[in-house]
Amino acid sequence: MKKLLSIVAVSVFALSANAGTLDDVKNRGFLKCGVTTGLAGFAAPDDSGNWTGLDVDMCRAVAAAVFGDSSKVEFTTTTGKSRFPTLASGEIDMLARNTTWTLSRDVNLGFEFVGVNFYDGQGFMVPTSLGVSSATELDGATVCIQTGTTTELNLADFFRANNIGYEALPIETNDEARENLFAGRCDVFTTDASGLSSTRAQSDNPNKWVVLPEIISKEPLGPLVRHGDHQWGDVVRWSLNTMIIAEEFGLTQANVDDNMNSNIPEVLRILGVEGGYGEMLELSNDFAYNIIKQIGNYSESYERNVGPDTPLAIGRGLNALWTDGGILYAPPFR
Amino acid sequence: MRSNFNFFSDQKFRSLFYQVLVVGLFALGIYYLTITTAYNLEKRNIATGWSFLNNPAGFDISFSPFLDFKSTDTHLKVYYVGVLNTLLVSFTGCIAATFLGFIVGIIRLSNNWLLSRTAYVYVEFCRNVPLILQIILWYSILLLMPRIKQAIELVNGFFITNRGLYSPRPIYESGFSIVFFVFIVGIIASIWISKWAKKRQERTGQRYPVLWTSLGLIILLPLIIFFLLGSPMTFEYPVLKGFNFKGGMVIRPEFIAMFLALSIYTGAFISETVRSGILSVTKGQREASAALGLKPTWIMRLIIIPQALRVIIPPLTSQYLNLTKNSSLGIAVGYADLVHGFGGISLNQTGQAIECMVITMATYLCISLIISFFMNIYNRSIQFKEK
Repeated sequence: MKKLLSIVAVSVFALSANAGTLDDVKNRGFLKCGVTTGLAGFAAPDDSGNWTGLDVDMCRAVAAAVFGDSSKVEFTTTTGKSRFPTLASGEIDMLARNTTWTLSRDVNLGFEFVGVNFYDGQGFMVPTSLGVSSATELDGATVCIQTGTTTELNLADFFRANNIGYEALPIETNDEARENLFAGRCDVFTTDASGLSSTRAQSDNPNKWVVLPEIISKEPLGPLVRHGDHQWGDVVRWSLNTMIIAEEFGLTQANVDDNMNSNIPEVLRILGVEGGYGEMLELSNDFAYNIIKQIGNYSESYERNVGPDTPLAIGRGLNALWTDGGILYAPPFR
Repeated sequence: MRSNFNFFSDQKFRSLFYQVLVVGLFALGIYYLTITTAYNLEKRNIATGWSFLNNPAGFDISFSPFLDFKSTDTHLKVYYVGVLNTLLVSFTGCIAATFLGFIVGIIRLSNNWLLSRTAYVYVEFCRNVPLILQIILWYSILLLMPRIKQAIELVNGFFITNRGLYSPRPIYESGFSIVFFVFIVGIIASIWISKWAKKRQERTGQRYPVLWTSLGLIILLPLIIFFLLGSPMTFEYPVLKGFNFKGGMVIRPEFIAMFLALSIYTGAFISETVRSGILSVTKGQREASAALGLKPTWIMRLIIIPQALRVIIPPLTSQYLNLTKNSSLGIAVGYADLVHGFGGISLNQTGQAIECMVITMATYLCISLIISFFMNIYNRSIQFKEK
């Protein structure tokens, strides 16, 4: 009896999740991608209801790679708490939700981070009127944090290490935390520096808020998939790598068509003119061309969503290419 | 031929057969769920087990009035803090909802048109608007209170801010335990006196001023002792230092919002229960007692309410259970209850969703069963006793 039930269980399971995610996505005709409930610059609907942002571009790049059409994505909003169960249960195919790559998430939760699409660190934001210039001056302050995040743990560590007291106010979503901060329920808001810039951009007067200089943690944010489906993990990983490599070779949305006859061998490999690299991923050979043509390279996505000319105004910093003083580095396309 | 179907034509066997079948299928379903879950957890490399309870939590909790919580404490302690906070808001909420419900229930039956209509509007509004919206509404109102730097001082040491209500904290010095002891003795003596007075009244018809004696024993006597001992209590006043008030006591807006919303929402339901209970007492009872010359307040207290309680208590129990379970909505405003702390943050930081949810659900089940148990005892004690 036990054996029989096990077989039933195994077969049901095999049908639902063991089948390759890539095949599931192809058969379904669109990609299901988990994003935030709304964080300007990373994933937020614009005025006409289209999702835009750095993480959204990541999802669209994968859709472009699989279908040759970046619009074939269904976005699922997830909170800090719901994101992991949503991915584990197979409700979404991938998660691109400024999620920090940590050992326990990679190993214990059964996920696989395929890379980093934004190098971040946790910072603090306070009202300018408080006159605070360093996080070490925050003794006794009330701090708003979003629950279920690594920031919660970093925060406790930071105050403990500096031997200063604080009152934590854990809040479910970024929006609620922002409301509490603006209402003065807390003195300080802490999250990834990019999130602070995003929150600051959403206030009625950004000059009323100042981001403190301390960055208290490493927060490599990246897309992740379920552990065990390596084929699908490779597809997402190389969609991300393609955007970075495209920047290295100066391939942009505008000039990609002109480069089809390039005399640089790697550019020809990227664009699918030479070699069968797409087929190795069980994609079409022009998957990288589609990503670059429809989304652009990493730099274009960055400048469009979070760069200095956007309300977030985040410089490239660590997110510049390794050749430009950053740490963005992708393995070769070969 | 007969032997082929006589088993099924036997009603006893047939009912037994179906019962065994249902129980068997149910057990099979549970078994199937369990092994599938275990298999899938293993397949996806998701860690299981209970050892995480002893790992340090690593995060801080906003509200822990009973236990001192640090980020180095374990997830198990997060659980304790959560349970205590859930019990705190449920217990205070049940008491307030009961008072509110009884008062409004009686007012709704008042002959005063304005009063009864006002009560009617309150009941219809509060029980027809989703609770979570009411919680958020109260919280939003509380956030509109003055900011910490503009705190309003009501009287010496009492402050209103949008970070809570601050008040002085009493500090007990040596000798205060004697005052406390006298206070407890006063309560016990009052209970004994009221029983004695009741018996005496039943026997002789003479009444005894129980209320005044009790007040004297419970309040006046400890006060006299307190001053005789030279006031062994001082106050620590809250002072604005840096970002926040230091010292004193504070009631957080998250708690106030939960308390107000839960008691006002459930109070509306209880008032309907109370009203139906009072209406269930036949008009003849009221008329007969009026004919005997009893005062209206006595009629209510001695004739109507004791009979109405028999109808009121069972649905009242359900309302207490509802309130307790509804307190799990605390997460909407960041109230650090069981679901927010252990069932939320711990779950998320450890990733052990099944374990955390099982513990959380089992805890609510236990709390509810305990409430039911005591309410059932009370219910039996007020039932009509055949003599």
